[in-house]
Amino acid sequence: MWIYEKKLQYPVRVSTCNPKLAKYLIEQYGGADGELAAALRYLNQRYSIPDKVIGLLTDIGTEELAHLEMIATMVYKLTKDATPEQLKEAGLDAHYVNHDRALFYHNAAGVPWTATYIQAKGDPIADLYEDIAAEEKARATYQWIINMSDDPDLNDGLRFLREREIIHAQRFREAVEILKEERDRKKFF
Amino acid sequence: MKQMPKEYYELLEKLQAVDFALVELTLYLDTHPNDYQAIQQFNQLAQQRKHLKKQYETAYGPLQQYGNSYSNYPWNWNDTPWPWQV
Ligand SMILES: [Fe+2]
Repeated sequence: MWIYEKKLQYPVRVSTCNPKLAKYLIEQYGGADGELAAALRYLNQRYSIPDKVIGLLTDIGTEELAHLEMIATMVYKLTKDATPEQLKEAGLDAHYVNHDRALFYHNAAGVPWTATYIQAKGDPIADLYEDIAAEEKARATYQWIINMSDDPDLNDGLRFLREREIIHAQRFREAVEILKEERDRKKFF
Repeated sequence: MKQMPKEYYELLEKLQAVDFALVELTLYLDTHPNDYQAIQQFNQLAQQRKHLKKQYETAYGPLQQYGNSYSNYPWNWNDTPWPWQV
């Protein structure tokens, strides 16, 4: 089971109300390489992966849920004081018409999240390579958003998230090596 | 947004810092289960974390529920601020 903790993993601050940045950030909320996709991908793969990497998938999957909450907090803080006029200027008019200021799992272009964003091949190496690629894509997306953002407070949180993707990719690479070692050992004995 | 005292942010960030080290060590140990020094560091931080949690909850209320934290009277789990409100 999971137990919620009433705090963010890392402080989230924003300098000003800026719905345009929120529009970009939604990519990491409900996009293909976003935090929801990441959490659901790893937590779903756990059940059929070899025992040696179940712990890692559980722990990274859980950390992704904490990142999802950080992204939600960023979007919330960037939009909560925006007028409908400001939302319209930021290109969030269609979002506003459908959801007001509520968050929704869609990408920066407004395409709703879909389970086809995540893979589960049942082949441990294939699944872990998919996870490594997903982390690298998420890292790149964070970099693109940082490049688009002029909010130093927001960027501090985004840099934290970008660094986490690097660590996750690293740990998944080690998991691949652990499984390969195990496979090779079985061949010899 | 609820205005919280400076001490709140200081204590919260202290807790976040220790918890971050614990998350980082957890993932590391998931792929390096035989690193004795890392496990020692993990257990030390886990103990430090226990103290910080107690300190934080005494001042600002429960971090977790379902019985993982104590409750004041009246039930204070619902009290603001929630994490996105600070
Ligand atoms: Fe990640």
